[in-house]
Amino acid sequence: MVQPRIRRRAFDAVTPAPAAAPVAPAVKLTGFVRQFGANRVIDGLDLSIAPGEFVALLGASGSGKTTLLRTLAGLDPVGDQDVTTPDTRAVVFQDARLLPWKKVWRNVALGLKDKGVRARAEAALKEVGLGHRLDAWPSTLSGGEAQRTALARALVREPGLLLLDEPFAALDALTRLKMHDLVLNLWNEHRPAVLLVTHDVDEAIALADRVLVLNKGRIAAEERIALERPRAPDARFQAVRRRLLGHLGVEAPASHEAALVAFPSGEAVQ
Amino acid sequence: MSLTTADRISLARPFRWPRLSRARWLSPVLLLALWELGSRFGVIPERVLAAPSTVAETFWALTISGELPANLLVSLARALAGLTIALIVAVTLGLISGLSRLGETAIDPLMQIKRTIPSLALTPLFIVWFGIGETPKIALIAVATTFPIYLNLFAGVRGIDVRLVEAARSFGLSDWSLVREVILPGALPSFFVGLRYALGVSVLVLVVAEQINAQAGLGHLINNARDFMRTDIIVVCLLVYALLGLGADAFVRTLERRALAWRPSLVEQ
Ligand SMILES: Nc1ncnc2c1ncn2[C@@H]1O[C@H](COP(=O)(O)OP(=O)(O)OP(=O)(O)O)[C@@H](O)[C@H]1O
Ligand SMILES: [Mg+2]
Repeated sequence: MVQPRIRRRAFDAVTPAPAAAPVAPAVKLTGFVRQFGANRVIDGLDLSIAPGEFVALLGASGSGKTTLLRTLAGLDPVGDQDVTTPDTRAVVFQDARLLPWKKVWRNVALGLKDKGVRARAEAALKEVGLGHRLDAWPSTLSGGEAQRTALARALVREPGLLLLDEPFAALDALTRLKMHDLVLNLWNEHRPAVLLVTHDVDEAIALADRVLVLNKGRIAAEERIALERPRAPDARFQAVRRRLLGHLGVEAPASHEAALVAFPSGEAVQ
Repeated sequence: MSLTTADRISLARPFRWPRLSRARWLSPVLLLALWELGSRFGVIPERVLAAPSTVAETFWALTISGELPANLLVSLARALAGLTIALIVAVTLGLISGLSRLGETAIDPLMQIKRTIPSLALTPLFIVWFGIGETPKIALIAVATTFPIYLNLFAGVRGIDVRLVEAARSFGLSDWSLVREVILPGALPSFFVGLRYALGVSVLVLVVAEQINAQAGLGHLINNARDFMRTDIIVVCLLVYALLGLGADAFVRTLERRALAWRPSLVEQ
């Protein structure tokens, strides 16, 4: 479990210094550790996310992305470690996890108590383009519709932190692109801090302000994406992607992570 | 490939019985007819088995005299009382033991021990404890129907998709709303299986329990009929027991259809 120190130094050298945050961060973890038995999945991780910042998290399978996200969602015990998060958090999982016995709008309204809940749920569903499926049963939704419902359910709470765990992974390429636009629009509208876990380097670059690479329980690399949105896959985009793939490729032995990424231009990896 | 099964059969067999091949009602009706004929021609003596027509007449007579409805109500009330007790006990215990490890450790072994004792075998003990009034009858039904409801509810609660519970918890649902909005609805299909089984058991136990010196009820009617060798009344009561079972099943089906409307059905309705 002990990692070679020299390697980590090498990563530290690659990582650009984080910009000094003028306001209190929405999310802050310092030296965070999480282990299952002897398996130390997160090992002294430092993370800070500014309010309203869109952060994407890349990493090989099993690198602990979901573990980190669950911690931030408050789903796992953290012991006496300091974990700063906003009070209102909402998660969208890879599977929509809608309650099959509640109509779509009631799923969105789940746990909301104040009056006018139906109107709020309705507004949120209209925002994701599902105003016409309010009274449908979740089992009758398509995969994309279910994920949009899950998004509406997350956003109706106006969360300070929106956690997305590979929410588009099960969707087809076209739907995924539409979902990207939708998420960006919603983020612009509501401005939560976002942590998006993804396997797709292009997705990370297209959406995020900052892309993190998780490796051996720590943030091994970081890329700030200063490109204007919407982002076309131009030369600067490609440069960022090459660097990120490099970060992933160095540690992933078979570089299978890179193989998962679609290359529109057909160029070779590395 | 283009031939359906039906086509192929019709090609292979030139002669068809278009309607009768599907007439499931035919054999029961034939049996009834044989039975009726047998009674008319004295093959089946009246004291062995009354003719269907006699049974129908008796059914009608007992119904308008009010004797059958009155006794049926008494029996129904017993079954309902027993089932109500069972529901309260089983749902409480099932939830406690389903929702907590400690509850399971405390309750489940007792329920499993209870399960190994055939409920009807408790009859003598209950007569000693409760006498021969209403109490032992209701207690027997309650005891016998508790286990199926408990067991299925327990399994339903434990079988809930934890990912759904987790998602709901991430939206800040309190423990109580988690139980109400996620765990109970999720366990409902399983609960209905238990309820249906319990209703069946309740009719079965009712039959035995009403042999205990009943002053009213279907069992009382049967006992009297036995003493006077009135096979027609006995058959009427058997029919009513069967109808009770059917009715109970239809009742739960209706409940299920309403409560589980969200379920995509495997078989088109
Ligand atoms: N509840 C648990 N008990 C034991 N080990 C666990 C548990 N949850 C996760 N792990 C382990 O922690 C490691 C990280 O898991 P995690 O789910 O966070 O990976 P991930 O980065 O999200 O992977 P993927 O990209 O495949 O989703 C894995 O080795 C996994 O086996
Ligand atoms: Mg994961």
